Amino acid sequence: MSDTQNSQAGSGSTLLQLSSSDRHQRWRLIKDKLAGYLVVIGGLSIIVAIVLIFFYLLYVVFPLVLPARIEPAARYDLPGGVADKTLFLAMEEQNEVAARVTDAGRTVFFQVADGQLIEQLDLALSGQVTITSFAHGGFDKGVIAFGLSDGRAIVLRHDYKLSYPGGKRVITPSVQYPLGKEPLVVDTQGRALTRIALKVGDSSSSVLAKTADNRLVLASLTKKESLFDDEVSWEHTDATLDMLAEDIEFMLLDKELRNLYLLGRKGELTVFDVTNKSQPVIKHRLNVLPHGKQVTSAEFLNGDVSLLIGDSGGELSQWIIVRDAQNKYSVQRLRAFDVSDAAIMTINPEQRRKGLLVVDAKGTVGIYNTTAERELINQPVIATAPVAAALSPRANAFLLQDASGAIHRWGIENEHPEISWKSLWSKVWYENYSEPAYIWQSSAASSDFEPKMSLTPLVFGTIKASFYAMLIAIPLALFGAIYTGYFMTPRVREYVKPGIEIMGALPTVILGFLAGLWLAPFVETHLTAIFALFLVVPLGVMLFAYLWYQAPETWRHRIPDGWDAILAVPVIVVSAWLAFAIAPTIESLFFAGDLRTWMRDELGIGYDQRNTLVVGLALGFAVIPMIFSIAEDAIFSVPKHLTTGSLALGATPWQTLIKVVILTASPGIFSAVMIGFGRAVGETMIVLMATGNTPVMDFSIFQGLRTLAANIAVEMPESEFNSTHYRVLFLAALVLFLFTFVVNSLAEVVRQNLRQKYSSL
Amino acid sequence: MIKAWFKSGSPWIWMTAGAVGINLLLVIGLLLLIAVRGLGHFWVTDVFEYHYEEHEGSLTRVIGEQVGESLLSAAEAREAGYEVPDGAEYVQKFLIKTGNRDILGSDFRWLKAQHIKQRASPVDLVVIERREWGNFYGRLLSVKDSGNVIAEGAQAWQVAQDKLADVLVQHDKIARLQSREVGAINHALDRLRLRQRALELRNQWNDEKRQAFELARQDHQKAYEIIQRDIAALNVEMKRFSLVVQESGGRQISLPMHRVVKLTQPNAMNLLDKSIDYVRNFVSFVSDNPREANTEGGIFPAIFGTVLMVFLMSIVVTPFGVVAAVYLREYARQGFVTRIIRISVNNLAGVPSIVYGVFGLGFFVYIIGGGIDRVFYPEAAPAPVFGTPGLLWASLTLALLTLPVVIVATEEGLSRIPKSIREGSLALGATKAETLWRTVLPMASPAIMTGLILAIARAAGEVAPLMLVGVVKLAPTLPLDGNFPYLHLDRKFMHMGFHIYDVGFQSPNVETARPLVYATSFLLVLVIVGLNMFAISIRNNLREKYRALEN
Repeated sequence: MSDTQNSQAGSGSTLLQLSSSDRHQRWRLIKDKLAGYLVVIGGLSIIVAIVLIFFYLLYVVFPLVLPARIEPAARYDLPGGVADKTLFLAMEEQNEVAARVTDAGRTVFFQVADGQLIEQLDLALSGQVTITSFAHGGFDKGVIAFGLSDGRAIVLRHDYKLSYPGGKRVITPSVQYPLGKEPLVVDTQGRALTRIALKVGDSSSSVLAKTADNRLVLASLTKKESLFDDEVSWEHTDATLDMLAEDIEFMLLDKELRNLYLLGRKGELTVFDVTNKSQPVIKHRLNVLPHGKQVTSAEFLNGDVSLLIGDSGGELSQWIIVRDAQNKYSVQRLRAFDVSDAAIMTINPEQRRKGLLVVDAKGTVGIYNTTAERELINQPVIATAPVAAALSPRANAFLLQDASGAIHRWGIENEHPEISWKSLWSKVWYENYSEPAYIWQSSAASSDFEPKMSLTPLVFGTIKASFYAMLIAIPLALFGAIYTGYFMTPRVREYVKPGIEIMGALPTVILGFLAGLWLAPFVETHLTAIFALFLVVPLGVMLFAYLWYQAPETWRHRIPDGWDAILAVPVIVVSAWLAFAIAPTIESLFFAGDLRTWMRDELGIGYDQRNTLVVGLALGFAVIPMIFSIAEDAIFSVPKHLTTGSLALGATPWQTLIKVVILTASPGIFSAVMIGFGRAVGETMIVLMATGNTPVMDFSIFQGLRTLAANIAVEMPESEFNSTHYRVLFLAALVLFLFTFVVNSLAEVVRQNLRQKYSSL
Repeated sequence: MIKAWFKSGSPWIWMTAGAVGINLLLVIGLLLLIAVRGLGHFWVTDVFEYHYEEHEGSLTRVIGEQVGESLLSAAEAREAGYEVPDGAEYVQKFLIKTGNRDILGSDFRWLKAQHIKQRASPVDLVVIERREWGNFYGRLLSVKDSGNVIAEGAQAWQVAQDKLADVLVQHDKIARLQSREVGAINHALDRLRLRQRALELRNQWNDEKRQAFELARQDHQKAYEIIQRDIAALNVEMKRFSLVVQESGGRQISLPMHRVVKLTQPNAMNLLDKSIDYVRNFVSFVSDNPREANTEGGIFPAIFGTVLMVFLMSIVVTPFGVVAAVYLREYARQGFVTRIIRISVNNLAGVPSIVYGVFGLGFFVYIIGGGIDRVFYPEAAPAPVFGTPGLLWASLTLALLTLPVVIVATEEGLSRIPKSIREGSLALGATKAETLWRTVLPMASPAIMTGLILAIARAAGEVAPLMLVGVVKLAPTLPLDGNFPYLHLDRKFMHMGFHIYDVGFQSPNVETARPLVYATSFLLVLVIVGLNMFAISIRNNLREKYRALEN
């Protein structure tokens, strides 16, 4: 192509060189060349634009499918010495300071970067009292507790104060006592606490302990604020759980202080309802492991709704309490991950997402996301069994202490774990749901919310809306196009065609506004009449056509051919009026006076004011002009000698239309429908305003829906730049783009071929 | 007989004719609906006083405009929980706009026809458009100046009108001082702050500059104090007057004059008065700022924002569209590449507009805008300048969106120019570029114009992408003002289409705002349909002209 231009420019220059060759002429030639290049660049930039849009969308979406990575960052000796055994490791928000809690009750704060010691704080215990058990009270709270040999427990909280002296960030760690410095009496009989579990809240806290003589005691504190002074007092409640505690190894208390999970080594799980702190009752019990396996670790997933159980066979399973239709509670297994064949030693949930990090007995680290059922990392990190592990609050680093006493620091790059093919398109069993479902619910205020990003309901809504729109639009637009392109006299066509096409220029926001605020209430009150319209108007037109056929010739000849459409207008008006007029009668005859009430009572069909029917009508109206215009062009440009030939051979106009015109124009009609469909799929404002935007999957025509496009419009302004939500919305845009790209390209190729065919005819 | 009739295909032809008829009716019906509702918004309707028997039998007075009515069949009414008199087939209800939201709690009230004992339209009923709480309906009793009654009874009306005119002038003055003068000072102070930050970043901030800046700040501060004094004086003057009015329940209420926008006595107006008032209402609708979260007042900033955005878009889209069309028609050899380009153009036209919004937000705003901020505006960080949705990005996004419209229209125009004209020019020794520039493009200019008009019409009505790249429900300042650099491409703006969406669906008081939305819709439809008709007529003229040329 550029060759031709050169040769064209070349031939021009020889001609010009003949006339003169001064500087002016050269300048003219340079300008000509430059203009040529500019135009070529401008022309090709169209391709660049469309390719840029595609690749930019892809570029934003791409990180969703990137695998997670972990990499070693440092390895150092155990801060605070190896004399004490590590019970617990934790890191603060900025990944600068970490805390190590030892079995001597000591908290060692050290620098995450190099293991440099910052501070060691010892627990002040009086006399003969020793530490007999330890538990943490939630990873995000920084609360830990020690059970003591005298039946008491002491609760600590690691606190990190940020300050900026001289513009530099300094983190000062300290230890606080949220329930007071004095140990809390848990077992009134004063036996040693061999296992302990706790949750500390703002207004109430509970500590559960297993005593040396195998009792389970629950001590709860509730805040009491005095009416008269600011003094705060704690109300103490004690209870003993009615259960043999001998086998209990793991005890977990959720943060709502509602459910208590007790887990034996062999997998016997008992769930207590501790809503009433003085009278705990058993909610459900079952065995969670097959015979021969043992529970080696158990933790809550972020949010304290799911229980994670790691077993000796290297399997990690997620369990939740499900309430069934009869309001009965049972614990059910949601899903499981095969980590390795060695026992799972530690489980660290992420604090902002539904992810977790596990380490097995052989030192293999696994990172998983439960919602997406995705294994992100499974790789050996240390050669020995782990002693303790800590996952940073932002889940971008972890610390691991191996058996030899060294601490390994690794960085994690794991931006979008919650997205997988399954979480986007398949049914997912979410927490607090009784069964797997397709759900779109992208964000909520709390950090332990499980994002539900299934695109299926949105795609379903999109298809549903465009299906009903096409149901309205195709007959009206194609029939209209057939008449206008084939039967109508040119004089009428001159006005009718732009008249209908101008409809396409109407802003969709206005159509949406009318659909939402005028049509929706109108349809609601005149539902029967709307359905009657679909029946009465075609029948009315037919009836009139028959009467016209029977009418005397002189009448008929008074109206020239091709004016029937104008004649049909009053007929339509009258039949539409008729439909509205008979609607109340129909309603009182068949539907007990009111169709909506009847549907609700007899068929159990609910009615939303802004529903699919309204969207179908409005969206159908919006795509009519587009389909009409393209199809009419195709029909109108069928070569005249084809039709005249057919008519000359004795075919009736209708036969010519069916057998010749439509057949010849069918590719154009096809592309018209495709383009109209593409338009309906991508339309935003109408569906945004005419539906309730509820992402439900419901086939009912009287329910609302949410489409991909409307979803983007609703949620994009609030989504955080480069977050998972942002990228998923880009994915929705990419899906829309690809869909319309395929549809439009197909339509355009068909149309171009058709044009070539016509020009050869 | 019937069989023969079916065989002739005549019923099907009638069905197709019916489809055309339905399409036409839909278009006309829609345009009529918008026109009637939209234009009706400005018409002053009569105010009625109803004597209404309440549910428990007591008689109350209700003053208001009748804005709607509904006819429920007896069954529906019973279903909805209304008592239906025996033997009645229908229950008729009227929707009355009673205003007085601050007193009655809501603007509207349904009255059942069977309970209305009397309906009258006394001449002395007044409608007071207020700056807050919507309209007031009632009677004017007296006018007060600093608490002393200066006019009562029959004279009150005239005096109130005169005083209101003065107060409105003062109100305008204050508003102008506040937006223009105070705005300019704030703008200057902000620029000083940014310049200081820029100097600090470059380590050029020293005592000398500190003093200079401090002096400048003090100057501004002084100017500000003077303006504040003026405003305070105007405020005192403005707040002197108040109206004493009586609401439908009979209570007397004092209404400060500066809270009043307009006083009307609809029942006392004749047709001519009403027509004049109609025009006045329309003018103030297109030239006033919105009030009460956009549900009242005018839509001037939305019109201004739309026009400015469309204007900027035109500047971008025209050269690109024309060059691409010229390439397709004049330079490229028809083949694979042009086929690909045509497919691309069609795809650009077919990609959902929301996808453009997403692209604009990600690419223009975050990538390009963010880049500009990092390079040119480090002093503003962390506040974004161009790295946030704004006028420039909205214009560029819409330029991309409307590009195919310009290309298609220009190409059509180019294809109609007879070959002989180009050949003649080339034969006379002109280069290809000269031929293009001197003969082809001038001849195609009406076609380019058509494309541009269609693009403008499309852009003016597009909302979905704008929601992501720069439109806001209420912009505190216009993107064009008297402060350097005058045209603020980084500012967010208001848009008529978005205004419709926002007021119609997001405002707390949809019911009262509805007429305003219809009026806005009507204006937008008028502009867009007008532009389209204009474009079509240009195109038709052009076709005629070229047909003549070819022969």
